[in-house]
Amino acid sequence: MNANTSRLAAAAGVAAALLLAGCERPPMESTQQGFRGTGMVDIQNPRILAARAAANVAPAPTPPAEPGSPPATSVYKNVQVLTDLSVNDFNRLMVAITTWVAPPDKACLYCHVEGKDLSEDNLYTKVVARRMLQMTRHINADWKKHVADTGVTCYTCHRGQAVPANYWTADPGPRTTRGLAGSRAGQNAAAQSVALASLPYDPFSPFLGGAQQIRVLAPQALPNGHEASIQQTEATYGLMMHISQALGENCTFCHNSRSFASWEGPPTRATAWYGIRMVRDLNAHYLEPLGKTYPAERLGPLGDAPKANCATCHQGMHKPLGGANMLKDYPALAAVGKVAVAAPVPEPVVVGEMVVVYFGVGSAALHDAAPKTLTTIVAKLKADPRAKATVSGYHSATGDAAANQELAKNRAVAVRDALKVAGIAEERVVLVKPIAVQANVAGEDPQARRVEVTVK
Amino acid sequence: MAAEYQNIFTSVQVRSPVHLGVPMGPSSWVRQGKPFFAYWAGKIGDAQIGPFYLGFLGLASIVCGVIAIEIIGLNMWASVNWDPVQFVRQLPWLALEPPPPEYGLRIPPLNKGGWWLIAGFFLTASILLWWLRTYRRARALGLGTHVAWAFASAIWLYLVLGFIRPLLMGSWSEAVPFGIFPHLDWTAAFSIRYGNLFYNPFHALSIAFLYGSTMLFAMHGATILAVSRFAGERELEQITDRGTASERAALFWRWTMGFNATMESIHRWAWWFAVLTPLTGGIGILLTGTVVDNWYLWAVKHGVAPPIPDVFPPVVDPATLPGAPQ
Repeated sequence: MNANTSRLAAAAGVAAALLLAGCERPPMESTQQGFRGTGMVDIQNPRILAARAAANVAPAPTPPAEPGSPPATSVYKNVQVLTDLSVNDFNRLMVAITTWVAPPDKACLYCHVEGKDLSEDNLYTKVVARRMLQMTRHINADWKKHVADTGVTCYTCHRGQAVPANYWTADPGPRTTRGLAGSRAGQNAAAQSVALASLPYDPFSPFLGGAQQIRVLAPQALPNGHEASIQQTEATYGLMMHISQALGENCTFCHNSRSFASWEGPPTRATAWYGIRMVRDLNAHYLEPLGKTYPAERLGPLGDAPKANCATCHQGMHKPLGGANMLKDYPALAAVGKVAVAAPVPEPVVVGEMVVVYFGVGSAALHDAAPKTLTTIVAKLKADPRAKATVSGYHSATGDAAANQELAKNRAVAVRDALKVAGIAEERVVLVKPIAVQANVAGEDPQARRVEVTVK
Repeated sequence: MAAEYQNIFTSVQVRSPVHLGVPMGPSSWVRQGKPFFAYWAGKIGDAQIGPFYLGFLGLASIVCGVIAIEIIGLNMWASVNWDPVQFVRQLPWLALEPPPPEYGLRIPPLNKGGWWLIAGFFLTASILLWWLRTYRRARALGLGTHVAWAFASAIWLYLVLGFIRPLLMGSWSEAVPFGIFPHLDWTAAFSIRYGNLFYNPFHALSIAFLYGSTMLFAMHGATILAVSRFAGERELEQITDRGTASERAALFWRWTMGFNATMESIHRWAWWFAVLTPLTGGIGILLTGTVVDNWYLWAVKHGVAPPIPDVFPPVVDPATLPGAPQ
């Protein structure tokens, strides 16, 4: 090798190193999620996963409070939210909140003023804290479709900081010249909010502050009056980049790789769907109204209150804090006794060629409307004497696995009996055990307790 | 030590008195500039630089092109508040965006896509004038017009993306922004909006021709370099007078894949693959949104996208359930 060649090789080496500087070191771990050859693969960097897991550890719970103390309301004045707690439980929670949220140098004095009665609302932080307790109970009680039984605590977002690390306020965008040129059109700014893409830099105001339509794909093959612009698509794309970044996952964690709009994909998409609605609800009813309570330095550049997005809780993991269930150690945040209203069993539905019949918790009793919905299946069977009905039973994730298997089978049998009553011979109804029974990620999902009927 | 013919650069530089070109017919423009030799240009092409032929079309094209690039660049610079450091730093993200959807095909204010329309006009004028130049220069030299028609194929795709399809869709907002990352994000958003271009058969054809072009280019380049020790680079002579280079190259491909192109046909293969890439691609873009709104559903309807087994448990769209939240 002469001097010229080695200089050339050195230059090529430096150029290659520069090109690769932004890349992650292999090997990656890839796990097949969906059908072979469809690219439904979860790709993760094990080193980043390990670092992330280490940075997202739930603190050890404090010991339970001594039982048998009087109600908190009989000891403290002006208790508006935690009225159902004993004074010992109340104090234990206050101590926990202090370590989760208040700056260590302030502790109790972050919300209470020294020398004044604890009941007085002198500081805005106390007013906000009270509202946040209401919000936490609301999430744990009314948004189980997103948070399941894992629930959330103050720590899910705060992680020892007075202001959670991830929040958003309306983004006025980078400074441009005033005049006839140089409009950014709300995008092209290398914004962190959209993972440094040139997509619209504020996906939060329209989609999580407001309730702008996220779906942009046409619901049918040929043009039929569906209008969504490329610009709307870019905005939706920006929101999806945020979700992907906040959860540390690819598109296929929730979506079908062949069609983003298709629901033939991971059940996580439904969980995410409820998550988006949950964040809209929290921003509209809890966080934005606090704008009047906060001092000016807490507000965004356009004067709005700091609000939540996916990263506020998730912080890079698809289950915040790795799915740690802190709520079970702090049941006061779950508003025990107020949630246990059983949701009604959903009506049976026709989904394309399929009829889905839902069941109550632990029950194989047929819904009253089931025979009527099954008439479409019965009609098809009567029209074609060679056709057979396929019946598959499913169960939710809670409870004993063996008992659940039996329950799913009993549900399928109940539907077969209904078809027999409608005049279909038993040998024309085939009971099929489903391939995968992980429909229900966690907890009691009404969508999971079902039987599916198709004609083949 | 590598042999002389195994070199990543051109290893032979011919130095003769400068060649001024074939005589030209009557013309108001003449070739300009004193030709000279450049050693490094000779490493990748011909070492002789000049003389140049500018001509009216060339001059008009360059003027229009400069106007277009000035409009785009100054708008990008204005969008970082005339900060030169930020202009360089953020350049890949900056763009001149087409008008927003509410303007349809109307003339928008300057800062809401008006500049985009003006820049697009001048860029298109520049490209079309340059096309005419390639055609006229080929004719002036007594050549065929293959280069001009291949260039026209690329212009077809450009016009479909920025002009014909937006006209048919009734909105300038459907067109592509001028910008490095922004036009890539536009491409991804375009595929998402219209249900995955993977299922657009003309998109598939275009990709096949694109990959085919690169493969043909590599096969042909490698073949000619490999037989250059037998004077294989004298391809045109070998079309009619097949020498040992041609025979060996042909034999190589017959042995390795059972079939071989000829010194003439390989260039027709390459030309058609290259031309068909933007031609089919342009058709695919033109059909998107105008006659097909969701390519995945279209593919399902026509049996192009096969049904695949349910690996995941059925999920019901929560928005269709009674009492679903907003």
